[in-house]
Amino acid sequence: MAKIIVVTSGKGGVGKTTSSAAIGTGIALKGHKTVIIDFDVGLRNLDLIMGCERRVVYDFVNVINKEATLSQALIKDKRTKNLFILPASQTRDKDALTIEGVQEVLEELAKEFEYIICDSPAGIEKGAQMALYFADAAIVVTNPEVSSVRDSDRILGILQSKSRRAEEGKEPIEEHLLLTRYHPGRVALGEMLSVSDVEDILAIPLLGVIPESEAVLKASNQGTPVILDTISEAGMAYGDAVDRLMGEERPLRFLEVQKKGFIKRLLGG
Amino acid sequence: MTDSGFRLKGSVVTTILLEIQFFSLNDIVYHLKEKIDQVPHFFNQAPIIIDISKMKRGITLEEFETLIQSVSGLGLGVIGWRCDPENLPVWKSSVTIPLLPASKARAISNAATPKEEVSPDVVVKTVVEERLVPQSTKVISKPIRSGQQVYAEGDLIVLAQVSAGAEVLADGNIHVYGALRGRALAGVKGDVEARIFCKSMEAELVSIAGNFMLTDALQDIVWKDSAQVLLVDDNLEIAPL
Repeated sequence: MAKIIVVTSGKGGVGKTTSSAAIGTGIALKGHKTVIIDFDVGLRNLDLIMGCERRVVYDFVNVINKEATLSQALIKDKRTKNLFILPASQTRDKDALTIEGVQEVLEELAKEFEYIICDSPAGIEKGAQMALYFADAAIVVTNPEVSSVRDSDRILGILQSKSRRAEEGKEPIEEHLLLTRYHPGRVALGEMLSVSDVEDILAIPLLGVIPESEAVLKASNQGTPVILDTISEAGMAYGDAVDRLMGEERPLRFLEVQKKGFIKRLLGG
Repeated sequence: MTDSGFRLKGSVVTTILLEIQFFSLNDIVYHLKEKIDQVPHFFNQAPIIIDISKMKRGITLEEFETLIQSVSGLGLGVIGWRCDPENLPVWKSSVTIPLLPASKARAISNAATPKEEVSPDVVVKTVVEERLVPQSTKVISKPIRSGQQVYAEGDLIVLAQVSAGAEVLADGNIHVYGALRGRALAGVKGDVEARIFCKSMEAELVSIAGNFMLTDALQDIVWKDSAQVLLVDDNLEIAPL
């Protein structure tokens, strides 16, 4: 039975798609057959981050409307074995998604894949609700600032009340907090919420903390999931998060202000 | 700021609604007086709104004016009237008391429940009647998140936090065994004895029977500490626990 994981946040621009790409890739690297679905119909971005935008022929909406089969629409990742992408449509809007249509596609994918990652659009409306409805687990992506934390709190409420698990009275969706764009220096100055502030407000288990890093933007522009950049802090932090998602214990890293070494300071680096 | 000698402010007041179902002056006055005699201090000069939106047959201006006079004669202060906005009588602007906006859907559905207890022609929705209903306690064990609203007809017990942007309401007391960061309104049907208890006071708003206090005022009294909120002589009192 496949595990359906939604990557969601409420607020836009916090790193949902970056996280979906990184975590999906990370799970696939561990040998599990994984598919990432872009639910952001009309504003498709996942294919860009994954660097497969030129290979998109059919999309999620085509499959729902039976204009294409799943195997026609699924894009096999060139770098990572076991990884597939189901892109969103750029020309349609969220109304093209229906509960029945999404359910049918997910059921078919579940036969073949171990993990299904749903990259949710921002907001709390139809698109976001569709992405989280069938989820078994949720990764709530949050930036360490008040508006993002508030929106994450809101989406946690929706996970508890509007998901299929909630409606059928089953065990609630497993919740994970992923704190992204964390800047230890600014936390020390009191300009940003700290890990414990966010944990205190949201009261859900912490999956990982991804430090603010130039590597993320660079990776996005190159169309490479940042987790493959194994020498960057962000890449390593995503690696840790995937390990924790798989049930392994990993200590938190990159939470302290890095002290510049003598040579580095001398060279102004 | 006080050059004009006054300030205009908004305020929320709990009032009694007299919902007329059909006009029969003698019956209305008789049954209403009976209710008043049970708890005279409660009704003495109490503000009341006359609602004619549930009347199947219309009412004439003379009948309505007599009704207002009779209700005032019983020692109640008629502050306004309400009517179905789709069905406004032609004489609406001749009435001496203000026409108030129609109630929201929630008030209407509440009116439907206690029908059996009251006489068929007069529905007096008061605190006193609500107390006759045995109060049940609602227990919530998961955090109440931003945007969620929980209402309990009796007491409400929350075993987790109430997030900022969430709202908890109860006819009775509210207990929060976690941080209270959202809004908490106890005694929403007018119970002045209701209280709010919480493990960490960080609320956006606390209210008891319509008397409320906001974050700014709370911060000066008890903040991020266990507290209770109670009403003493119409004033909210916040006390550490």
